[in-house]
Amino acid sequence: MTIQPHRLAEGGLVNRERPLSFSFNGARMLGYEGDTVASALLANGARIVSRSFKYHRARGIYGIGPEEPNAIFTVADAVGGRRTPNMRATLTPLAEGMQIFSQCGWPSPRFDIGALAGTVSRMLPAGFYYKTFMRPARLWMFYEKLIRRAASFARAPDELDSDDYDHRYMHADVAIVGGGPAGLAAALAAAESGARVAVMEMRPHWGGDLTDGANGEIEGKPAAEWARAVAKKLSQTKNAEMLLQTTAQGYFDCNYLTAVQESPAPGLRQRLLKIRAKEVVVCAGAIERPLVFAGNDLPGVMSASAVRAYIHRYGVLCGRRILFLTNNDSACEAALAAADAGASVDVADIRHHPEGHWQLRLQDRGVSYYSGCGVAGLLRTANILAARLAKLAPDASALAAGGEFREHAYDIVAVSGGWTPTVHLFSQSRGKLKWDSKCGAFVPDESHCINPCAAAGAASGVFSLSGCLKSGWEAGLRAAQKAGCENKTKTNARDKAPKAAAPPAEYPPQFVPLLPATHPVGRGPGKHFVDFMNDVTAADIQLAEREGYRSAEHMKRYTAAGFGTDQGKTGNINALVLLAQARGISPAEAGHTTYRPQYTPVSFGAVTGSDRRELFSPERGTPMHSWHLAHGAVFEDVGDWKRPYCFLREGEDAAEAVRCECIAARSGAGIMDATTLGKIDVQGPDAAAFLDIVYTNNISSLQPGRARYGMMLRETGMIYDDGVCARLGENRFHITTSTGHAAGVMNWLEEWLQTEWPNMRVFCTSVTEQWAVVALAGPKAREVLKKAGASENLTAEDFGFMHIREGTVAGAPARVFRVSFSGELALEINVPARYGLHIWRALIAAGREHNIRPYGTETMRVLRAEKGYIIAGQDTDGTVTPADMNLGWMISKTKKDFIGKRSLSRPDMLRAGRFQFVGLLTAEKEKPLPEGAYLLREKRARLPADAEGYVTSSYKSATMERAIALAMVKDGFARGGETLYAALPNGERPAATIADPVFYDKEGARRDG
Amino acid sequence: MLLIECPHCGGRAQTEFAYFGEAHIVRPEEPGALSDAEWAEYLFLRKNPKGVHCERWMHAHGCRRFFNVMRDTVSGEIFGSYPIGGEKPKVARGKKTTAKTETKTANAKTEGGRE
Repeated sequence: MTIQPHRLAEGGLVNRERPLSFSFNGARMLGYEGDTVASALLANGARIVSRSFKYHRARGIYGIGPEEPNAIFTVADAVGGRRTPNMRATLTPLAEGMQIFSQCGWPSPRFDIGALAGTVSRMLPAGFYYKTFMRPARLWMFYEKLIRRAASFARAPDELDSDDYDHRYMHADVAIVGGGPAGLAAALAAAESGARVAVMEMRPHWGGDLTDGANGEIEGKPAAEWARAVAKKLSQTKNAEMLLQTTAQGYFDCNYLTAVQESPAPGLRQRLLKIRAKEVVVCAGAIERPLVFAGNDLPGVMSASAVRAYIHRYGVLCGRRILFLTNNDSACEAALAAADAGASVDVADIRHHPEGHWQLRLQDRGVSYYSGCGVAGLLRTANILAARLAKLAPDASALAAGGEFREHAYDIVAVSGGWTPTVHLFSQSRGKLKWDSKCGAFVPDESHCINPCAAAGAASGVFSLSGCLKSGWEAGLRAAQKAGCENKTKTNARDKAPKAAAPPAEYPPQFVPLLPATHPVGRGPGKHFVDFMNDVTAADIQLAEREGYRSAEHMKRYTAAGFGTDQGKTGNINALVLLAQARGISPAEAGHTTYRPQYTPVSFGAVTGSDRRELFSPERGTPMHSWHLAHGAVFEDVGDWKRPYCFLREGEDAAEAVRCECIAARSGAGIMDATTLGKIDVQGPDAAAFLDIVYTNNISSLQPGRARYGMMLRETGMIYDDGVCARLGENRFHITTSTGHAAGVMNWLEEWLQTEWPNMRVFCTSVTEQWAVVALAGPKAREVLKKAGASENLTAEDFGFMHIREGTVAGAPARVFRVSFSGELALEINVPARYGLHIWRALIAAGREHNIRPYGTETMRVLRAEKGYIIAGQDTDGTVTPADMNLGWMISKTKKDFIGKRSLSRPDMLRAGRFQFVGLLTAEKEKPLPEGAYLLREKRARLPADAEGYVTSSYKSATMERAIALAMVKDGFARGGETLYAALPNGERPAATIADPVFYDKEGARRDG
Repeated sequence: MLLIECPHCGGRAQTEFAYFGEAHIVRPEEPGALSDAEWAEYLFLRKNPKGVHCERWMHAHGCRRFFNVMRDTVSGEIFGSYPIGGEKPKVARGKKTTAKTETKTANAKTEGGRE
């Protein structure tokens, strides 16, 4: 086992009692419990950890949190070896036996052939791909594959995710994002006011940056200790929920937050929290910005605050000789920490003669402090960075005239370009941002906030400890109050914020978009990188502006700055400021890009939760489902229903089973489970009048005990659904809908009743699941019913077509419809659902002597197509009128009005050239046309060509001993006998002749047995 | 995800509701008496405003009653829900109003029952 060369002898929140072994690109390494992958790699001295997206440049770990742009790995578990791609090293806790792999760089990130791209980078400016590969357009698909392969993102795993995830719904009076000083102060204030509080902290411990070596005391305690004590106290409070390792990801309408909690319970990898909060306080802190200088992407260049936090959080000192390059005071604190930890430290400060608390302290420590100095170039040799320190002009926009260079060697260059408030969630809430020149970034503007949302602490641009505590406390109090909770325990609660000593006087930061180099921007060896993840340089942004991509959103899309899994958390502000500079306007005028969910990448597992496999979607089965399962049913999904497609018998495939099922139904008896048909019970004194207006045909003239085939139109005159409407009594109807429209028709009826005719006395009740339905069809249907033991009225010869009767079947109360969707003598037997399986079995037993055979949906479709019966939604598609389907006879001539009637006389309905419903007979009898195939007039027509029509249904008909099809054809009614050609994707053009859609039993003699 | 106040059940998550487009589209009394253009206006023309909009919703996974919501289509701000035939809430910017609007059920005799 290797030693950890960069681990300090003591310090950090890691558990040194529990060493963990892991491997990085095959090399064995050692870390501790409490390490992240990043801290463990740094402890082991890993330097080049990845290659960049476009130029394949060597990159090292840059940050310590969600902003990390470089250290993105594929991580394989010790057990099972399952790989998870795109894991951010800075957020991934180290685990025993973990195998970590770089995602790009071949053969390895240390030696990457793709880095040749970097040598020709002059030829790969922003927009290169768009400019180069767009012509000819058809080759883009080909290029795209190659380009994507060259990019550095990982391959998605192809095995199933074996982990478990779930979702949790939460409600809170006040949700607080962030558990640093501001967040904890806000939580304290809100919880003491009696509000239900939920606090989310991304890290595994409370206190935020207080654990990163904050000096100073809060309420007389060391700051980190105060944070622990407050968090403990809150977690023991009933009305506060303290959530560690929980990242708030999205902020949606009406204060709805999503957050992902890591390892929330044993055996659970992640939990997605869905939180509805009355008030939200965003205390998400701030992220340190890089400085844009030549060579700023080399491995060994890190964020200054990260260097400091690795010392305090993990006991890792990233380098022995460190240059801090800064434009503000915060890096001075970091430099002091590094010096205390034993590093040899220099500071280069672009500000001229800063004189404040931190400068004095550093000078007392004997640190070389180069003021008014920048890095004009950086070169890497192995792990040594040679920095060329150069004196800057007073405004830092150019090198000082006649200035000298000093070359110094370091192993780390720690950079601070100021702090960017983490405004993501506030902005997602559609709160407006305003430019704050004091911190050189955008901050929340609470006066423009749609949702009840506030920001406090560093997220609002307040960086001092005392300021964070005060703003957090006040925001917490206000939020609780707005949520209806008043602090009663403390008088003058506003003044009771936790106290910290006033911060030492700060010397103001100096913001410049980029530091001058020995070469102009875009020339020479050192590039000024702005976005590390996407290899965007300052020169790219200037180019985008020159080429007209001047708005922030256009620049982002042209250069890709701000895309990727880090979403530009380090570089966005620098990119926006550079754009503003190129345009000669202020950053406030140039504006910013849109912040969108998610804050960090969210796994599909967390989004899916437990809604997978059998829980993915609810399944509906009929009361006869168990019988189907036991008798060879092949199921198909119809909505949520599992319907038997066909029933396979020994030695049959599906086509053969369908053929035999069709023959059984035409020659003897077939039986189908039709339970899934939508069924609605319509009752009330105005029921008939209501149905008159929703159906095209006349319902009020229907006699009780009779049924009618009814059709519903949309108000546009297009066919919506069809079904049977049966009158049970003067004021009671039983109507059926197609399976797929059951819920839709119900809503349709309710909408009209509730919104247009609320005074109509009609009740609609869905009874789909209350009735089990068996369709018994075939010339022997009546005999089978008799044998099964049915009351006499049901088997009588005078039980005519389109009659309904109530009686008993096999002892069960039954409502029987003499309707037929097969063209055969048929009875649709409705029984209360609990009798469904019973009568199904009874009828099958009774039909044995007539070779009864259960049939599925495919046979049902073949039988009805042989008769030219339509299926709404298959043969119709929302552009089809009754006349188009040759169903004009179903339109009442006497009714003054019904839904859709007025539309039937619109000019477009009456024009020539509408597609009309016809049958097709294929030239080759054995070869059915594919459904959806387009029909052409000429066999050799060149595509694209105008379609003469399209196939809506197509089957091999056992009865007709040939392939048949139904189709919509332009002016089809008048074109009987004409031959059309189907355009198939494989280039074939099979011929088919237009025919009557009623292929079988044109006289309709068979339906009466 | 919106938080919608069902006038009958109270505030619920948007996933419980179904959207039915612009509210207050009244079906013409005598469609047959309308010109093609007038009929097309009823059928097809919708306001689609940028700003305050009255919408029809149904509490699909609840009481299954239809009602109207007044909402700002830009900000998502909801000014209130009201039953079919009820009075529109007042637009009060910046305040998520949860106050119930006057519950006045539609009455065909006084209002023609149309909303």
